Amino acid sequence: MLALIRHTGWRTVSNVFELGGIAVFGGRMVYQTFSPPWRLRRLVDEIYTTGVLSLAIVLLSGAVVGSVLGLQGYITLVRFGAEQSLGSVVGLSLVREFGPVLTALLVAGRAGSAVAAEIGAMVATEQLDGLRMMSVDPVDFVAQPKALALLISMPLLSALFIVFGLAGGYVVGVGLLGIDGGTYITNLETSITFRDEVVGSVLKSVVFGALVALISTWRGFTSAPNSAGVSRATTGAVVQASVATLVFDYIITALWGG
Amino acid sequence: MSRSPIRDLLVGVFVLSGFAALAYLSIQLGGSTYSGPGGLLLYASFDEVGGLAARSPVVIGGVKVGQVKAIELSPDGDFRARVLMDVDENLKLPDDTAASILTQGVLGSQYVGLEPGGSETMLGDRAEITYTQSAIVIERLIGRVIQSLGNSSDGDDKESRSEPGDDG
Repeated sequence: MLALIRHTGWRTVSNVFELGGIAVFGGRMVYQTFSPPWRLRRLVDEIYTTGVLSLAIVLLSGAVVGSVLGLQGYITLVRFGAEQSLGSVVGLSLVREFGPVLTALLVAGRAGSAVAAEIGAMVATEQLDGLRMMSVDPVDFVAQPKALALLISMPLLSALFIVFGLAGGYVVGVGLLGIDGGTYITNLETSITFRDEVVGSVLKSVVFGALVALISTWRGFTSAPNSAGVSRATTGAVVQASVATLVFDYIITALWGG
Repeated sequence: MSRSPIRDLLVGVFVLSGFAALAYLSIQLGGSTYSGPGGLLLYASFDEVGGLAARSPVVIGGVKVGQVKAIELSPDGDFRARVLMDVDENLKLPDDTAASILTQGVLGSQYVGLEPGGSETMLGDRAEITYTQSAIVIERLIGRVIQSLGNSSDGDDKESRSEPGDDG
């Protein structure tokens, strides 16, 4: 009994410690972003590995999700004889929810895991200690470009996901199910407003980008210096980033959509 | 790390296409600017605008010629809704043009339909359209139908009351 209480207390306190550690770590990366050296070359390389290499999976998923939304939306709407408003359904669900959230989940799985594994392996092989010996700050040199690249890539990938999703919905709705193309586009344009939908969508993807970036670099940095530690860090990064994305999705929707 | 120019190019293309997608979403779909024809501002007052909203289309004979810019209560203090429309300035609309609020399909979105009249004088900028027809609110329509059904059954009130007596 006493052991249970002790264990609970220890877990709580260590969680608070970890949260504080993440906050300090994030603050250091924000500080490094605005202070020289800028390390643009490193940033371009990281945008290539996190953004460009994630393009294929994000665009493919976007097109497929858009097609499924078109099909599902049609099946539901046709019961009410409202299948002409398919454009609104596909557009609103993609811009408000599916674009930012699914992109964040995909990027967490595709790039966040790679970031955590790479930094974790550098911890295990004492490369970060080597950097410290050369008085190079590993947060500045290793983590910050990766985090910034994730933060920059996320809204761009999300916007591309949405555009491909809209095209997928168009192909299914107009091409296969025979809805008028002009009606689809008009519905899309009248239902999506700049302030409520587009700004909210970009805000979401920026917040998700920051979450995925922070969690995956932090998990990599704090991984135990052995192969089991690297594997735990990678799994933890993907799981925690995905859960954080979904929780913050609710919070932003509640605050923004009210 | 060895540098390859292809990689820089790909990053550039990725960032550019991402921004292009964002621009498409905010300008084309978000409609922060209206790209269609416009320039002629017209007012019309209605008793009831129903589900009409800013950016609802304004059409003549099914062709979109503009959109609703704003809806507010009339400044005259008569509690009517005043709709400001932005339509194609190249249109020569007679001053007896009628504006009515119509619905696409049964449950579709609402729009303003303009029906040009035969007058010789034309509507100028910021002119008021006087002939208007308000939106049909389906609840009121149903209410009126129920009311008229009730009224018609009032006449044979005695018969309907005698029915339960017959059963007993």
